[in-house]
Amino acid sequence: MKRPSITTHLILIVGAIFMTLPVWVAFATSTHAPETILREGLQILPGGHFFETYNEVLFVEGGVMKKVTAATMLKNSLILGVGFALGKVVISMLAAYAIVYFRFKLAVPLFWVIFMTLLLPLEVRIIPSYKVVADLGLLDTHFGLIVPLIASATGTFFFRQFFRSVPDELLEAARLDGATPWGFFIDILVPLSKTMIAAILIIMFVVGWNQYLWPLIMTTKEENYTLVIGIKQIYQVLGEGGELPQYNKAFALIIMATIPPVLVVLFFQNWFVKGLVESEK
Amino acid sequence: MSGVKLKSVRKTYPNGAEAIRGVDMDIKSGELIVFVGPSGCGKSTLLRMVAGLEGISGGEISIGDRLINDVSPSERDVAMVFQNYALYPHMSVRGNMSYGLKNRKLPKSKIESKVNDAAKMLKIDAFLDRQPNQLSGGQRQRVAMGRAIVRDPQVFLFDEPLSNLDAKLRVQMRIEIKKLQRRLNVTSIYVTHDQTEAMTLADRLAVINEGKVEQMGAPMELYSNPKTLFVASFIGAPQINLFPVTFDGKTLNNGDMKLNGFKDLPEDTELVMGVRPDVMEQSPKGQIKMRVDLVEQHGGENLVYGSIHGCQNDEGEELEVCLKTNKEMLPALDESLTLGFDPSTAFVFRKDTGERLI
Repeated sequence: MKRPSITTHLILIVGAIFMTLPVWVAFATSTHAPETILREGLQILPGGHFFETYNEVLFVEGGVMKKVTAATMLKNSLILGVGFALGKVVISMLAAYAIVYFRFKLAVPLFWVIFMTLLLPLEVRIIPSYKVVADLGLLDTHFGLIVPLIASATGTFFFRQFFRSVPDELLEAARLDGATPWGFFIDILVPLSKTMIAAILIIMFVVGWNQYLWPLIMTTKEENYTLVIGIKQIYQVLGEGGELPQYNKAFALIIMATIPPVLVVLFFQNWFVKGLVESEK
Repeated sequence: MSGVKLKSVRKTYPNGAEAIRGVDMDIKSGELIVFVGPSGCGKSTLLRMVAGLEGISGGEISIGDRLINDVSPSERDVAMVFQNYALYPHMSVRGNMSYGLKNRKLPKSKIESKVNDAAKMLKIDAFLDRQPNQLSGGQRQRVAMGRAIVRDPQVFLFDEPLSNLDAKLRVQMRIEIKKLQRRLNVTSIYVTHDQTEAMTLADRLAVINEGKVEQMGAPMELYSNPKTLFVASFIGAPQINLFPVTFDGKTLNNGDMKLNGFKDLPEDTELVMGVRPDVMEQSPKGQIKMRVDLVEQHGGENLVYGSIHGCQNDEGEELEVCLKTNKEMLPALDESLTLGFDPSTAFVFRKDTGERLI
């Protein structure tokens, strides 16, 4: 292959700067004192208040009720992100397994019903979902936060397509080898779907992490807030009252909300790309 | 070891298509039976019915004295080698071979020794810890066979196991399969569409056509004494020469060609005469005039292809025939040859039913 020319590099460098600049500005600004930000606006160079700001955000209780730290919110977000991703993968793998490998009445219509829910975003069913969760007394619990979100048409669809590409002979060989349906799933299908699982885990982690509306209406206590809601809440506090608006803290929260998904993608990107590209037989 | 019995076995698909139309077969213990036929004839379906991978719509299949119609595949005590090997891609060779034994809950030490023995026998003991994608086609084939052998099944089933290998390896593996089967003396059913494979491997051959067994018997029996036109044309390479003819009481005729030496044939129906390429020879008294189109040199022998003057096939074109000769005979293109054969070596079939008359 020809080495990329200088122009190519230039375009890529400009693109990279364009994409990362806002994140950098947010970071740089978060390390300044609130007065500086108010006086001089956004900062491009880092200031001297890094430890101070981040320490305060992470460990000093803030928010309207002064009850929540970013560390708690980070924990909540992680629980939501991981639980959401794991739940989605487990549920959609099992659903796809049933649809692809078992002959039962209505398998095809059922699949299409699942598939149709792709068309319905959470917002459409948010009121009934809220009602169900509230009646079950699950408001303000991690369980209530995660479970209504994990039914996944996307995941089911991906796994269905993947399972259909697994050669039938493998199933037949396993049947002759005396594998039970459960054994075939655990011993053969799950290991074969490894890369696929990784890809979906990553996508779903980011989706779960970024959930806003559902956690917002699901949580009433501040200690159950996720980071993404936290940013908004803190920002609201900033505008009210007589205090100096603490933009540095808002930016610090934003940076903290960005880092985990980035780390996940960085760590798993090999698997992620494999899962999307490869159809390993 | 035990034999396999099929009693008027049928397979009808839900859409009404009939894949198997009543097959009776009695496979003796330790025998190697080859199902051979064109693609779509139902040979694989029949094999898969024995394996339990396809349901049985009618009739009975038993292994030994046990009726297995409703027995699940894993309990039928059969092992199958698939065309594309169907190795579990994420498991090592050892994992692949021991998976079936693990599911049968054998003790670890026993699994270990069985896998090692089978691996030694197949000469794959050096790659026991490799993954299938690090193996060549031939090695994968051995692993697939190893997976079957470790289970000590009553019956081996082979579903076109060699068709993904290159020609040289195929011959080699064919010999090994035959040797292995002799040594283990396990009843085996082998499906192939390759008639050479079928002829060389089989103790007995079953030629299958449109879901029915056309003829079953020892390979040479089928070669020299085919019951139907289909069997005659399917068995033997190069293919038997077929002449559409009619009988006028004295000679078999097609256009200008008149062949003596036949009698007691019906005069009112169309016939097909079959002559093997190796029984035809150049002879001055011959009754067939051939114009040479092509000579294929195979090393030890030559195949001469040509068309017969004034003799038409069913499409109205000049009839093509093939002649197998020694390597010294090298006729020029368009040279005319006079061919003859001993009428007693020819077969005559009814065209409509395919039934053999002589």
